[in-house]
Amino acid sequence: MSVGFDIGQHVLVPKHEILSKEKAREVLERYKISPHQLPLIKSSDPVVKAIGAKPGDILQITRDSPTAGRAIAYRFVIEE
Amino acid sequence: MIMMRIPKLIDHVDFGMTSPDEIRKISVTKIVTADTYDEDGYPIERGLMDSRLGVVDPGLRCRTCGARAGDCPGHFGHVELARPVAHVGYIDAIYNCIRATCRKCGRVLLQESKLEEYHKWITEMKETGQKWWEMTNKIVKSASTTEKCPHCGETQASLKFEKPTSFVEGKNRLTPSDARERLERITNDDIMLLGINPKVARPEWMVLTALPVSPVTVRPSITLESGVRSEDDLTHKLVDIIRINQRLSENIEAGAPHLIVEDLWELLQYHVTTYFDNGVSGIPPARHRSGRVLRTLAQRLRGKEGRFRGNLSGKRVDFSARTVISPDPNISINEIGVPEYIARILSVPIRATEHDIEGLRNLIRRGPDIYPGANCMISPDGKRYDLRYADREELAKTIEPGFTVERHLMDGDIVMFNRQPSLHRMSIMAHEVRVLPGRTFRLNLSVCPPYNADFDGDEMNVHAPQREEAQAEARILMRVQEQILSPRFGGPIIGGIQDHITGAYLLTRKGTLLTREHSQQLLAAVGIFTDLPKPAVKEKGTEHWTGKQIFSMLLPKGLNLTFKAKICENRTRCKKEECEIGAYVVIRDGQLLHGVMDARSHKALDRCEVLDRIVKDYGTTAAREFLDRITKLSIAAAAMLGFTTSIDDEDIPPEAKERISEVLDNGREKVNKLIKIYDAGELEPFPGRSLRETLEMRIMEVLAGGRDRAGEIAEKYLGLDNNAVIMARTGARGSMLNLTQMAACVGQQSVRGERLSRGYRGRTLLHFKSGNLGAEARGFVSSSYKDGLRPLEFFFHVMGGREGLVDTAVRTAQSGYMQRRLINALQDLRVEYDGTVRDDRGAVVQFVYGEDGVDPTHSDNGKAVNVEKIIERVVGE
Repeated sequence: MSVGFDIGQHVLVPKHEILSKEKAREVLERYKISPHQLPLIKSSDPVVKAIGAKPGDILQITRDSPTAGRAIAYRFVIEE
Repeated sequence: MIMMRIPKLIDHVDFGMTSPDEIRKISVTKIVTADTYDEDGYPIERGLMDSRLGVVDPGLRCRTCGARAGDCPGHFGHVELARPVAHVGYIDAIYNCIRATCRKCGRVLLQESKLEEYHKWITEMKETGQKWWEMTNKIVKSASTTEKCPHCGETQASLKFEKPTSFVEGKNRLTPSDARERLERITNDDIMLLGINPKVARPEWMVLTALPVSPVTVRPSITLESGVRSEDDLTHKLVDIIRINQRLSENIEAGAPHLIVEDLWELLQYHVTTYFDNGVSGIPPARHRSGRVLRTLAQRLRGKEGRFRGNLSGKRVDFSARTVISPDPNISINEIGVPEYIARILSVPIRATEHDIEGLRNLIRRGPDIYPGANCMISPDGKRYDLRYADREELAKTIEPGFTVERHLMDGDIVMFNRQPSLHRMSIMAHEVRVLPGRTFRLNLSVCPPYNADFDGDEMNVHAPQREEAQAEARILMRVQEQILSPRFGGPIIGGIQDHITGAYLLTRKGTLLTREHSQQLLAAVGIFTDLPKPAVKEKGTEHWTGKQIFSMLLPKGLNLTFKAKICENRTRCKKEECEIGAYVVIRDGQLLHGVMDARSHKALDRCEVLDRIVKDYGTTAAREFLDRITKLSIAAAAMLGFTTSIDDEDIPPEAKERISEVLDNGREKVNKLIKIYDAGELEPFPGRSLRETLEMRIMEVLAGGRDRAGEIAEKYLGLDNNAVIMARTGARGSMLNLTQMAACVGQQSVRGERLSRGYRGRTLLHFKSGNLGAEARGFVSSSYKDGLRPLEFFFHVMGGREGLVDTAVRTAQSGYMQRRLINALQDLRVEYDGTVRDDRGAVVQFVYGEDGVDPTHSDNGKAVNVEKIIERVVGE
């Protein structure tokens, strides 16, 4: 890690979690999509590095939302 | 309606290039002469107008396909180029291919292992549907910086691209032939790394050896009235190409000196380049004899009037009309007044059944010129009978069920009404036709806001949908009443404006009492003919009704509302029902008990409580009815009670004037004091500001305060008995600032948010000493608009005004372009049935629409449920 602090603690970084294999499958099933139809995130992304996700993982992101209060999104980790 | 069998489904589309062989194969003839027609006006064989290339003149037949003009699509010919030339459209790709490959062996200038790696990546990206061709930039970048070929060891000479079509290697110019040779050497495996799909293209095809000659149908010649033929720009260009090509090949055959051949070759390159694109930078555009720049292939496609934006994305359509618009408060918001002249031309196809055949027969008899008539009759086998020329009596007899009659536009037909710029979906709405006398489209004033229309000469378009399906769709989805709520902010965008507000205010304010006669007159104007309620005042045989009672007759039963009107002064203590100005509005069971109706009640684009409630709780039909009635009632009320405004609405008494000038003098004094403190160097700077900035800020503060105080003084004398004030306070038109500027003091003029400082060194005008920082030297206008500005003030005012004008012009241009880009990026997004927002590939953009899945038009202030409103409704208070 190049930064001297945990970027996950920063106010502007929403909560990122790696989904387990079943959970990931469930998500894909729910939206009836292939992983590449999810929004992508590069493996070089600081958050991805920080939580140690690998290409092929699906991240669950819990964001603050001005309309819904809390919104959940998923992103697919890709190489580079 | 028309069911078509689909013989084949498109699985995918490949974009490739045409090979020289392909060009020769599709060619119906080789073109050798630059001439077009002979003396008799017939096309010359193997010339540019060869009749095998298709026909444009009526009567002749195509020698390739045998079809007549109009049916023959045209056929390509070709020219054998004496020497190859580069294709400008591919020049960047040629450059990339050459500089990324070895000058000698033609391999991509990267280690074998690297190449394999890239290969793997690209195949992988292709499988996952990613943009693999974006890799090529990277490959080209790293390959072109390699100095020594890793495959054959050749040292790479530096390659420079010289606009628009030539390359220089070291000191030598690369001829197109050299370039082509280089491109030929690149292997199929390697070209994939350079972004070319070897299945559909080869790099050397980017350097042309044969030039396709477009069919004559693409470049028809026009015969002028004088009988002189005028050729298309493309034909002119092709003539140039063939001439030079011929001279070049003659010179080569004759063994002419190298220099001459080179010159001709370059000229050929120029002509072929401008044939494709006459707007390439670096070379002068090819011109017509008259000096006009030629419009060649790229120019036909590019730009706003090009094939894409002008003919494919936007076309001219049938069944449409355009004219000036004018207002008509007496028609519904759902309606549009259509001039009879237009109604006679626009038509709607009606299929004859046994039920309506008699009516249609009558329409046919009346024909195209007598208004409710018909323009055309179509028999079931598709034969059209134009009613202008036919014996209409005879045709009327032949019609039977199954025929279609194109009858004139009539009352109740649905049409789409549009005003440009069409910035949101409310720019095109469906209206019901009302055929009216006159020459303009008439529309209800309440639909001005969504169209952003006014009547200073605006023109609008009408489109008449033809099929029943289209008509039903327009009626259900696009009708004006369905568009009252804007999806932008969830409130009404169609609603009262200007007179709707003042009229309702005049009617509902305290003290408006109406006799039976007047009350009934108002209700008759609205179209309500039910009995009047019990009179509010009844004494000595006279009966009077309050305006609130009359207004309540428009409100639906069961409507309960409590809110503060626009005119509310926001005093610290709200007197609620006792409010003297009626700013506390109470509606119970559809009766307006307290308060007045103003912008807060039913103004478009405002927080209009009454209208908003009616649309959301009682439906769009009730809301439409309410708006139609309020339009008529407000206007009738304003006319009955009397309403006018003029400059003496801004009159204020002399003592007020005196106090204002005192306040302004005071301000000036303070400014001078500040300047003195500044000059003495005793000014305390604000944090992060220089002394000068601090001074400016404090002066602005003082002067703004002075203007406000002057305004306040004026406002004291401008009460709600003043018509201009009524308009401003109720939110109908204008603001109190506008009024105080007219009555009291215009205030500081500014450019770029600062006091005026430009003009001469240290001063704005010659009338001041250099360095004068006083109020009037820097553009403070202490006069009022009504009194008139002094010459210097006027000049300053113009300076500020000009900036405003420039800003609006720049802003509209910028926001228009931004809108275009946004729409381009977002047009394919849609909300799927599972609530996700997806693009055209089905990729998810949002997992829940707007993150909360709420449609703003069905929300209350952006929230799915408004708990307070529900409690209020259930509890009742």
